[in-house]
Amino acid sequence: METLVAIVIGILFTIGTYLILSNQMLRIILGLSILSHAVNLMIITMGGLKQGGPPLLAENTTRFTDPVPQALILTAIVINFAVTAFLLVLSYRTYKMHGTDNMDELRGNRHG
Amino acid sequence: MDKIIILPVILPLIAGLVFILLRSYIKVQRILSVVTLVAVMITSIFMMVHINQHGILTMQLGNWQAPFGIGIVADMFSTLLVLTTSIVAICCVIFAFKTIEKEREEHYFYALFLFLISGVIGSFLTGDLFNLYVFFEVLLLASYVLVTLGGKKVQLREAMKYVIINILSSILFLVGIAYMYSITGTLSFAHISVRIAEAGQDGFITTVAILFLLVFAVKAGLFLFYWLPGSYSVPPTAVSAVFAALLTKVGIYAIIRMFTLIFYHEPEITHVFIGVLAALTMILGGIGAIGYWEIEKILTYNVVIGTGFILAGLAAFTHNGLLGATYYLIHDMIIKALIFLIGGVIVYLTGTNNLKEMSGLIRTHPYLGWMFFIAALSLIGIPPLSGFIGKVFITRGTFEADLFWLGIIGLLASLLILYSIMKVFMNAFWGETLLSEEEEYGSTKGVMVAISILTFITIALGIGPEFIQPYVDTAVEALMNPQLYIDAVFGGNDIP
Repeated sequence: METLVAIVIGILFTIGTYLILSNQMLRIILGLSILSHAVNLMIITMGGLKQGGPPLLAENTTRFTDPVPQALILTAIVINFAVTAFLLVLSYRTYKMHGTDNMDELRGNRHG
Repeated sequence: MDKIIILPVILPLIAGLVFILLRSYIKVQRILSVVTLVAVMITSIFMMVHINQHGILTMQLGNWQAPFGIGIVADMFSTLLVLTTSIVAICCVIFAFKTIEKEREEHYFYALFLFLISGVIGSFLTGDLFNLYVFFEVLLLASYVLVTLGGKKVQLREAMKYVIINILSSILFLVGIAYMYSITGTLSFAHISVRIAEAGQDGFITTVAILFLLVFAVKAGLFLFYWLPGSYSVPPTAVSAVFAALLTKVGIYAIIRMFTLIFYHEPEITHVFIGVLAALTMILGGIGAIGYWEIEKILTYNVVIGTGFILAGLAAFTHNGLLGATYYLIHDMIIKALIFLIGGVIVYLTGTNNLKEMSGLIRTHPYLGWMFFIAALSLIGIPPLSGFIGKVFITRGTFEADLFWLGIIGLLASLLILYSIMKVFMNAFWGETLLSEEEEYGSTKGVMVAISILTFITIALGIGPEFIQPYVDTAVEALMNPQLYIDAVFGGNDIP
């Protein structure tokens, strides 16, 4: 199971990296989004994927899921949600002001 | 007594939340923000005295025993930085009273400012890797809004780059956290340190260490600083001064914390790598600083050189090197705020940021001119000002560690700073006076208070380093001896 998820994470990272390297604003944002999903998957895989156990520590249980990674990605998802929302608004505004969504044209120069 | 260490984090946070409700009462916001920051300063002074007498302060939230709960740890190194942060923040907020437009004030400027300070102080005080990430995000989100607030074309363009690069580094930070958790099964700094010391720092852990180094290098502007000059020069002066003084320092703090407490077993790989990056940073920053004619660009490249120089002290990894890094870090926070504020006033007075178009300000503004001169000397590291002592110890540390090339590059970088900053002084202050006082685009009324306080501090730190010397000694002792930190966190309990 872990191997399969690791391969999925690898594919997601590949897609995300490819999208970030393009010069269209929206593609970059989507790329960042996909990368952060890949990271969330990775955190939960690093805690160990187990089936059929609740993430609780009662005494004398032998089967349980590690609750810490779940708490971590919950926080990471919320933060990512806020940051992505901000980035989308910012990019829309930048597009409106500059009249372009091409990152090459937003490079800026000495006098810009 | 232990519980007061949470105050520096939550006081600005609560004040910021209240400010959102008090949106139209700008006077109340101004007074309350200064009161809050002074309260933080007083608390941190109390903490410093307490730590010097009784050792490192820790607090476990919800009384969960370490390493299970969320820990806040205030050792002397963090507390010194918290104190400096509060002083810089007070000066910048006073400066903002006169220089920030009403429109920005009404759009939650003070609330965002205090959220930023809360995030910075939280990053200094947290004892947990994941909370470091959370506090980074708190300060970054506040800084994203502060960069864009005002919505000018150039601001939006630079903010796009700033936000994207920082999101990317946050993603890599989470990757590092995931690896760290799978290797050690814990996220508390002290516990990670114990586990790695037990198991040994093998190749895989060293790789993760380098990943963390790259993440923090983006935040600190160590070698990966290409986003920095643009985004630090577009917001208003009070904001860019805070950014220059505090934001990169959070990254530097994180690097120093990680590589003295956790990854200290393989210094010939990790610390030499830091040294190489620091040397490249100083050279490239120096080239940037002498190459531009815009004041903001020159000053932002000086921030980059400062980062490289502080981390040269860490790369040496000797007692003297870290002593110098601590002194220089405190000095750098003060002096970068000061020089950015003065630079902002110059632009404000002349209405241009191009050095070729200004001249002779010293005749109309002698105090401003001489304070800039003092700040410039302090930045270069001329005695008896605050930059000198840090520079001496860092250089000595690098020589002791046989990293002669690093020490020599550090000294050469000082020459580049000298050239770049004297270029500003000669062009802006000397020469023919072009503008009479009536023709100027602004006045210095009300902004001199903040500049004078910071100038006074840089002189005082230079003449009387004995005042903070016992505290810096304690800080470096704890940095060189991770066991002190670990014992303080676990407080005699069994380490699982």
